Amino acid sequence: MGKGNVTNVVFAGLGGQGVLKASDILSDAAFAAGFDVKKSEIHGMSQRGGSVTSDVRYGPEVFSPMVPIGESDFLVALDSTQITPAQHYLKEGGVLIAPDLLLKEGQDLDDLDQDPTTPITKRGFNVALVGVLSAYLDLPDANWREALHGNLPAKTHALNDEVFAIGRAIGLKRKQS
Amino acid sequence: MSEQESYCAAQCKKERLLLSGNEAVALAACHAGIALAAAYPGTPSTEIMEEIAVLGGPSQWSPNEKVAYEVALGAAFAGARAMVAMKHVGLNVAADPLFTSTYTGVSGALVVVSADDPGMASSQNEQDNRRYAVAAGIPMLEPSDSQEAYDFTFLAIELSERWRIPVMLRITTRVCHAKASVCPHAKPDTPTAAHFEHDIKGRVMIPGYARPAHKRLRAKLAEILAWNEASGPNREIEGSPSLGIVSAGIAYVHAREAAPDASFLKLGMTYPLPLERIRAFVQTVGRCVVIEENDPYLVDAIRAAGINVEGKADMYRFDELNVGRVRRILDNDLSPEFVAPPGKPPQLCPGCPHRTVLSVLSRLDCIIAGDIGCYTLAVLPPIEAMDTCVCMGASVGLGLGMRHVLPRDEAKRVVSVIGDSTFVHSGITGMVEMIYNPPKTGHVLLILDNGTTAMTGLQEHPGTGRNLKHEPTGRLIVEELARTLGIKRVHVIDPTASVPAFQKLMEETLASEELAVIVTRKPCSLAAKKIEAYEQAARMCNG
Repeated sequence: MGKGNVTNVVFAGLGGQGVLKASDILSDAAFAAGFDVKKSEIHGMSQRGGSVTSDVRYGPEVFSPMVPIGESDFLVALDSTQITPAQHYLKEGGVLIAPDLLLKEGQDLDDLDQDPTTPITKRGFNVALVGVLSAYLDLPDANWREALHGNLPAKTHALNDEVFAIGRAIGLKRKQS
Repeated sequence: MSEQESYCAAQCKKERLLLSGNEAVALAACHAGIALAAAYPGTPSTEIMEEIAVLGGPSQWSPNEKVAYEVALGAAFAGARAMVAMKHVGLNVAADPLFTSTYTGVSGALVVVSADDPGMASSQNEQDNRRYAVAAGIPMLEPSDSQEAYDFTFLAIELSERWRIPVMLRITTRVCHAKASVCPHAKPDTPTAAHFEHDIKGRVMIPGYARPAHKRLRAKLAEILAWNEASGPNREIEGSPSLGIVSAGIAYVHAREAAPDASFLKLGMTYPLPLERIRAFVQTVGRCVVIEENDPYLVDAIRAAGINVEGKADMYRFDELNVGRVRRILDNDLSPEFVAPPGKPPQLCPGCPHRTVLSVLSRLDCIIAGDIGCYTLAVLPPIEAMDTCVCMGASVGLGLGMRHVLPRDEAKRVVSVIGDSTFVHSGITGMVEMIYNPPKTGHVLLILDNGTTAMTGLQEHPGTGRNLKHEPTGRLIVEELARTLGIKRVHVIDPTASVPAFQKLMEETLASEELAVIVTRKPCSLAAKKIEAYEQAARMCNG
């Protein structure tokens, strides 16, 4: 850790799920809010459907771009199979944000696109989980919106704003309970 | 405050960017008015060229790193500012021009970016290219983050022009692919125009001219060392006098976090090494530990100078460092390290044509000399169809070597499998070997042509007929090259159109015991739509 408190977030998922996009949105929101930010990721082999993780750290001053084992405040898992391989990053008392928060009982990620009751799709799942995460972080709304729009195509902005808001509402509820 | 410093401070207030190390190198190259940047794609260096192109700068893909190096060196001979970038193993390919270019020097500037991969996120070895700096006598800068990646690119150009010598910018995966804050504060620069001046004794390395050139190199390095000792990009961070840490590159930021109270000597230029600066620092602290990834490069050199420092236990030589591992090094902790549960390994995409080809070869019980690309993933379950993978292009020579010595019934099962981009990179000379020294049982070379450099993220190559910006250019047609070399059996087939037809072709070709080249042509499923769009754009231009 550098000077003051650093917030650590680890994103874990599978290649193609938008792990890097999710971590970019958080990085940009924190950066726009004036923090020092470091973000780390691994390219290459992991792009082919394998496990992908990305670390985001922000605070007054950040040194290492990688979250140390056992020091992550949050673990955002985009796929339930990726919790176990990344669980060791989470600190004691850290918050796990898992896919089941956004799924109905018995529902699978693959079922989402056939569910007419939610605008959350398999593709937009990363944005919804970032929405949940946002409830726990003290970053200004305007920075979130700017970060979402900066990272996603213009024609999807309205839908992604909605998906993000649903995630955020679920996050706020969970935070209070 | 100097004029430059006050300009920087003003700029930093205006603009602050979140950039990866690769993006920062590219931005600096463009701000410095680089005239030419060349590379072959390779993780973790690939995005440098792509980002230069995005910024409107002059970047290109070359067939391999050796050619890229030579093109950049030519530009620097002609007085321009040039850059060549590659992954660590790429410098092996470019080592030939590297070692003599330090003798010839340059008229303009040449920045050699070596992107090492400690921990092998996406590589076949974790060689430490700091050794190359010493071996070739090339000054080396090691940035620790994106800001330094930006600043040191400028410094590399400045030093290269001042001493007329190529300069290496050694970065690593976690600098290349980590995003961090960058203040792009350099003053926009307009370099002088390219111009050729004859310098036969300086540029034609026959022994009679190379002997004095070697002496000139050593004299330059002595001057650069003196500069590095006095005013190089090395700084001390005052802390507790009981623990001192000497570090550089990404290891430095891990160490700052692991030992926030320690005193630091943070080195920016690690060759020629400022040993007197290090000696002076070590005298101010009680215990002094050198924190570096992979090889004991710094610690060995520092100890050889009679300076008393600690290094790391051998177990920390393997894999990349992180904050936790640095804490363990400082604590002399030799207990077994935590092993994370395995994640899901990468695999060939659904619908990937490589799946079909490798599955058929496996079914035919082939001995498969493989190569480097997506198809290397076929070594993993469920296909498990690859017997060797060493370096770019090796499949051809390895297959031929096995054919030469194996008993006939085994020899005739050997095939070489190489991707289209890798074939252009290093397979062509192997194909020449095939016709020059043909094995008694013939040989079968499969070129898996998916129309892109897929593994590194869908880059163009000479076989696609499009340049880095996806614009049409000259195209190498591999089957025509094979025919020109005199290979009689040359087939081009879409292996996915009919798997039985492909299998039959393989069986016939293997049974013929002649030299054969089979081009399996089917676009990468990730690239197919993009390729179509590029082709359509080209047609629009022509029409």
